[in-house]
Amino acid sequence: MENDATDDVTAGPVPDNAPAVDAVGVTAEADHGGGLSFHPLDQFIVRPLFGDAGAPVHWYTITNATLWMALAVLCVFALLVLATRGRNIVPSRGQSVAELAYGFIHKMVEDVAGKDALRFFPYIFTLFLFILFANFLALIPMSFSPTSHIAVTAVLALAVFVTVTVVGFVKNGTKFLDLFWVSSAPLALRPVLAVIEVISYFVRPLSHSVRLAGSIMAGHAVLKVFAGFAALTIAAPLSIIGVVAIYGLEVLVAAIQAYVFTILTCVYLKDALHPHH
Amino acid sequence: MADPVVVVAQEGGTIGSCVSVVGNAIGMPQLCDAWFANQIFWLLAALAAIYFILTRLALPRVGAVLAERQGTISNDLAAAEDLKRQAEDAETAYQSALADARAEANRIARDARDAIKADLDAAIADADDRIAARTAESEAQIAEIRAGAAESVAQVAKDVAREIVQALGGQADEGRIDAAVDSRVKGA
Repeated sequence: MENDATDDVTAGPVPDNAPAVDAVGVTAEADHGGGLSFHPLDQFIVRPLFGDAGAPVHWYTITNATLWMALAVLCVFALLVLATRGRNIVPSRGQSVAELAYGFIHKMVEDVAGKDALRFFPYIFTLFLFILFANFLALIPMSFSPTSHIAVTAVLALAVFVTVTVVGFVKNGTKFLDLFWVSSAPLALRPVLAVIEVISYFVRPLSHSVRLAGSIMAGHAVLKVFAGFAALTIAAPLSIIGVVAIYGLEVLVAAIQAYVFTILTCVYLKDALHPHH
Repeated sequence: MADPVVVVAQEGGTIGSCVSVVGNAIGMPQLCDAWFANQIFWLLAALAAIYFILTRLALPRVGAVLAERQGTISNDLAAAEDLKRQAEDAETAYQSALADARAEANRIARDARDAIKADLDAAIADADDRIAARTAESEAQIAEIRAGAAESVAQVAKDVAREIVQALGGQADEGRIDAAVDSRVKGA
């Protein structure tokens, strides 16, 4: 288990009187004990925002996940509602960014999935904005990254999967199954290809969700590992340079993963609307 | 360990399987099924909120702004096209006016030149006439003078001849002297 591997890298004497574990739960040992300890996965712990740190997490409990998702919603509101308040013909900076995002996703949906997919534009734009802002907000130090959790990305991906499948059958009926029957291939190969196509179709939500959660989680864990080395005087300069470099990479990843998730949604939607190869 | 946090953690129960007593993660927090319901619930709430914000407020507004801008741009382009056509018309009018003016100027210049030429011709002709008249007059005078001179020469010759004859002691015969002088003057 990664946990064991990482948690056991606690070098140096850990003081017997348990070190102060603050509400955020980050490793305070390094500061006090002078030892080296890695807890790169602690940043992903879901904990109640109010009350005791150890209180049980019910489905309705307001947690750090709630906070950072709510901040993402607020950012969306600020960008797309507050910034466009002026409805200017010549846009302000904020309005210009909002229009850019709108135009970007609108064009992507139209180009990739076709004009008839524009009905789903609000849905796809919602996914894009949520993932984008959740990813970017997660890069604030001490924040929580909702999109690093497979529970979150799996729901996003399954929602896309279910929507696409339902739309495919409603719009094309049984012709939707043509998607799996590659009519351009030789007849003998078609059953084999059909099996492969069906498997790849059902693997979609898995890859769709794990790609996002995995890359966000890995990036943040690596950041924490590099940061952990900063406690060692010898390694500190290298580790700080590493943190800066990885952070830059993560900024890129945050945007790219939002883009990838969105464009894959469009590709899947295109399959549902036009299932012919 | 008598840490208050730890006590709470143990009382909380549910987090015991995912978070250790000192607050560190046990295993991958992503796989802690005790947190799934919470995350999924708040995720759906967040998505619903964003969808609501987009469909009720943001998308109609941004769409309207973009459409309005498109309309403004095409209107402006049409207006610009119109103005350009007007400018071209003005240019054409200007060019034709310029051509007219140029032609008019040429015509005036030509007329003036013609008028001057006519005046000049008339003046030259007049001068020529006057010169011819004066020449004729002069020639007449010269002829008259010449005729007068020849007559005088003959008269002087006759007088001189008579004087010479008288001086030589001869009796001048008027008729023979005149005839002799005339024949010599003619012969001369």
